[in-house]
Amino acid sequence: MNGKKQGYYLSLCACVCVCVEPNATIGEIKSMFHKSQGKSLKDEDVLQHLPVGTTATFYFRDLGAQISWVTVFLTEYTGPLVIYLMFYFRVPFIYAPKYDFTTSKHWVVHLACMCHSFHYVKRLLETLFVHRFSHGTMPLRNIFKNCTYYWGFAAWMAYYINHPLYTPPIYGEQQIRLALILFLFCQIGNFSIHIALRNLRPPGSKTRKIPYPTKNPFTWIFLLVSCPNYTYELGSWLGFTLMTQCLPVAFFTVVGFVQMTVWAKGKHRSYLKEFRDYPPLRSPILPFVL
Amino acid sequence: MSAAAPGTSKTGHSDVVQKKKKGPGALATAYLVIYNVVMTAGWLVIAVGLVRAYLARGSYHGLYYSIEKPLKFFQTGALLEILHCAVGIVPSSVVLTGFQVMSRVFLTWAVTHSVREVQSEDSVLLFVTAWTVTEIIRYSFYTFSLLNHLPYLIKWARYTFFFALYPMGVTGELLTIYAALPFVQKTGLYSITLPNKYNFSFDYYTFLILTMISYIPLFPQLYFHMIRQRKKVLGHVDDYSKVE
Repeated sequence: MNGKKQGYYLSLCACVCVCVEPNATIGEIKSMFHKSQGKSLKDEDVLQHLPVGTTATFYFRDLGAQISWVTVFLTEYTGPLVIYLMFYFRVPFIYAPKYDFTTSKHWVVHLACMCHSFHYVKRLLETLFVHRFSHGTMPLRNIFKNCTYYWGFAAWMAYYINHPLYTPPIYGEQQIRLALILFLFCQIGNFSIHIALRNLRPPGSKTRKIPYPTKNPFTWIFLLVSCPNYTYELGSWLGFTLMTQCLPVAFFTVVGFVQMTVWAKGKHRSYLKEFRDYPPLRSPILPFVL
Repeated sequence: MSAAAPGTSKTGHSDVVQKKKKGPGALATAYLVIYNVVMTAGWLVIAVGLVRAYLARGSYHGLYYSIEKPLKFFQTGALLEILHCAVGIVPSSVVLTGFQVMSRVFLTWAVTHSVREVQSEDSVLLFVTAWTVTEIIRYSFYTFSLLNHLPYLIKWARYTFFFALYPMGVTGELLTIYAALPFVQKTGLYSITLPNKYNFSFDYYTFLILTMISYIPLFPQLYFHMIRQRKKVLGHVDDYSKVE
């Protein structure tokens, strides 16, 4: 039995180590390949320390074509950044030809472009320098699904915000100012949480610990919420919706909120399962509510 | 689309032999029997209405008007089937059932009802006929299944008629949407233009075209699914081995 890494990079029937009886048929061995039995092992587990006797049976599961998380994140975030700017600069074939390469006369449109671009640059930098991923890879089909989502919505939002017939927010400067404050507050908050989560985990490790509030006031929300990164993300997009007063942005916010709630509930549940002493006051994503 | 074709197991109750899930309770069964009987009767009324109108007028034109009200009533009533799935008394996917019922309701209200000019088109008769025959068979199939007394003829019909009814319905639907296009474009029906304070727009004309295009990937998938289901359910007619 060799100790090669199992799971992630198998494509077809590569290295399978299975304990079988001599009279097992090939068909039976093949079906064992596809069954996932027993405990799922971690990469760090050492063979010697596994709870098995002198013979062990390993089941390998083909996870299908994989792609690294970093690649997916970089691709899905670069799209919106570039696409939005194309609409902002009104490159040809989007709006009527007389508007090609013109700029909007509303200053909130410039502000929105700065905020949107800042948001995705922040995400790209976090992907490269901040996040410590638990898994190296995800299924390949995810990149198509994710990019369609991010790129599609970015184009849809950007089309209206940068449209020659765009209507600025009803309550004018007041509304935009409030929205900007909310947006910036939540961007800083989201970043603070990412840093706090990174610091929970030593470089190269995949340990999981309960996150707690740190000296940074933006992390004090950990007292009430398991996944404040999602809470702040929702806040950022609410801010952007308010700033642009654009229905497609509101749709994007709602859809994102639904997805993040699903993730937050899952994360919250696994925290509860893994840690006996998990703080009971915390909710998954919205304090006391959700 | 005429996706609730005979034998669509996506809308179906468990008509595959071995999947004996714990079914609905006695009260739910009674309700479902009544529901399916009423729907069978409703679509029979529509069928009879079509035949009588044809005999009275002596032509195929304008038959829509003679069955307009029962068509709207019973097709819209099918929305209840989404509820049945959501509540769990019918073992089908809410999403799939929802999609199929909504597409029918869309054609009934958002196209045929909304664009008066297409109501006299022959394509309307084409899809209404397809839907009528399909639904009479489908609802009687469910009725008999619930009563555990399914005549083979009904089962056979459900999994055979679709060969013709499906393409017939799809053709009628597509031609009707196509006929509606110029009127939608001219009147800007259901469309929102810029500028407005929500910074949103919607072009119903483009939406209808996209809907028509979506038939291209969707129809073959559903059609071939039906063919596979047919092999599974009726397969034992040809070879005497047990259905998988």
